[in-house]
Amino acid sequence: MFLYSSITRKVLMALAGLFLVTFLCVHLGINLMLLKNDGGRAFTEAATFMGTNALIKVFEIVLFAGFSLHIIFGLLVSGQNKGARPTSYAVNNSSDTSPFSKYMFHTGIIVFIFLALHFLDFYFIKIGLVAPPPGIAAHDFYNRTLLLFSTPWYSMLYIFCFIALGIHLNHAIQSAFQTLGWNHGKYMDAVKLLGSAYSFFIAAGFSLVPIFILFFRN
Amino acid sequence: MNFTLKIWRQKNVAVKGEMISYDVSGISPDSSFFEMLDTLNQKLIMTGGDPVAFDHDCREGICGTCSLYINGRPHGPVKGVTTCQLHMRSFADGETIHIEPWRAKAFPVIRDLIVDRSAFDKIIQAGGYVSVNTGGVPDANTIPVPKEKSEAAMDAAACIGCGACVAACSNAAAMLFIGAKVSHLALLPQGRVEAAKRVQKMVACMDELGFGNCSNTSACEADCPKGISVSNIARMNREFLGAKLFSEKEKVVRVSL
Repeated sequence: MFLYSSITRKVLMALAGLFLVTFLCVHLGINLMLLKNDGGRAFTEAATFMGTNALIKVFEIVLFAGFSLHIIFGLLVSGQNKGARPTSYAVNNSSDTSPFSKYMFHTGIIVFIFLALHFLDFYFIKIGLVAPPPGIAAHDFYNRTLLLFSTPWYSMLYIFCFIALGIHLNHAIQSAFQTLGWNHGKYMDAVKLLGSAYSFFIAAGFSLVPIFILFFRN
Repeated sequence: MNFTLKIWRQKNVAVKGEMISYDVSGISPDSSFFEMLDTLNQKLIMTGGDPVAFDHDCREGICGTCSLYINGRPHGPVKGVTTCQLHMRSFADGETIHIEPWRAKAFPVIRDLIVDRSAFDKIIQAGGYVSVNTGGVPDANTIPVPKEKSEAAMDAAACIGCGACVAACSNAAAMLFIGAKVSHLALLPQGRVEAAKRVQKMVACMDELGFGNCSNTSACEADCPKGISVSNIARMNREFLGAKLFSEKEKVVRVSL
């Protein structure tokens, strides 16, 4: 069957991954509004728009589907890969490759743990599954964020997860292009460079918010 | 030169193997890796031991028979050479050298350092060929082939099918091998005729044999003795997707008596 082919699975993973990559940019745009010194007005307005707009609601379902597909196929493919070499080497492979590319599963797991935490901290509160902390309304994302980032260990964990995401994306973007067959001598170097730049921009952009709140808001 | 060798020894496919240590001394820096192993084997035979079994044939770097995973790299530390073209001057005097067979579920160890690579033959049998009708020899150059295409096809055809790509891959994937075989035929007009069927059959066969999936680490390209590029994998993916999405449905031919 079409779905059982290794290449098809990889292609679906790549497409879902690229979709998630564009979503990150939108999310980062909203997060950076936290840096504005307006008592969270711009951020709350953006968050309300994202929470109420009908088109965004539809895309939320697509987003969940994208995450699920990427994660389920990621686990499936990684399991198969482990099975493809039942006896491991006595000496680890020292081929001349990007060190990040071999840890996609590990960085993926870190991002997944972060995603679970993020759901617990925001999404589950929003939909009423988890009670919000005392004094904060279920839809008050601004004060919830400030409260979370006022805890240094949480900020450190947050930044650590985004460094892992940056490492994941650094290989992921160029890897998705290669899997989809979009490899060409003329532009592959540009794809690799832009992919690395984008992953740095995402990791640095998201990390900027807790650093800013920790050092400049208190 | 003197070396300590740690070699994988395994009686046959059914029993468990282990790494055994051997010392070799008085090796010329200009002797090849296999000549060094020949020296060890001679010593083992003279002392009533069991010589180490390893694959080799042409010893010229063109047949694809030799293998060996040396100190964590297929075909050893030198880029772009097969094990038979590796010389002892590439190692430091007194160095400990780990020698292991290729490791993959699809490549079972038959004895010591020899693995069964017939999985590659099965993939070729699945579609890695061009069907040619018999008859007179066609005139040369009757089918025009663009120079860049023939160059790219020949670069892909340089693959000797040694299996180093599978051995180097952290997932034991065979994508570089199949990418090279699909590319070298798909780039030429003679290979276009069966291109859509070929790529689907070869990929299906690869999946069945238990190779892993490609995660684009490019370890295969780094350790390929023939420098096959991963762009061939991208070409195979394009061919595969094109075939799955756009090829015609196969006509069912009903045979009536």
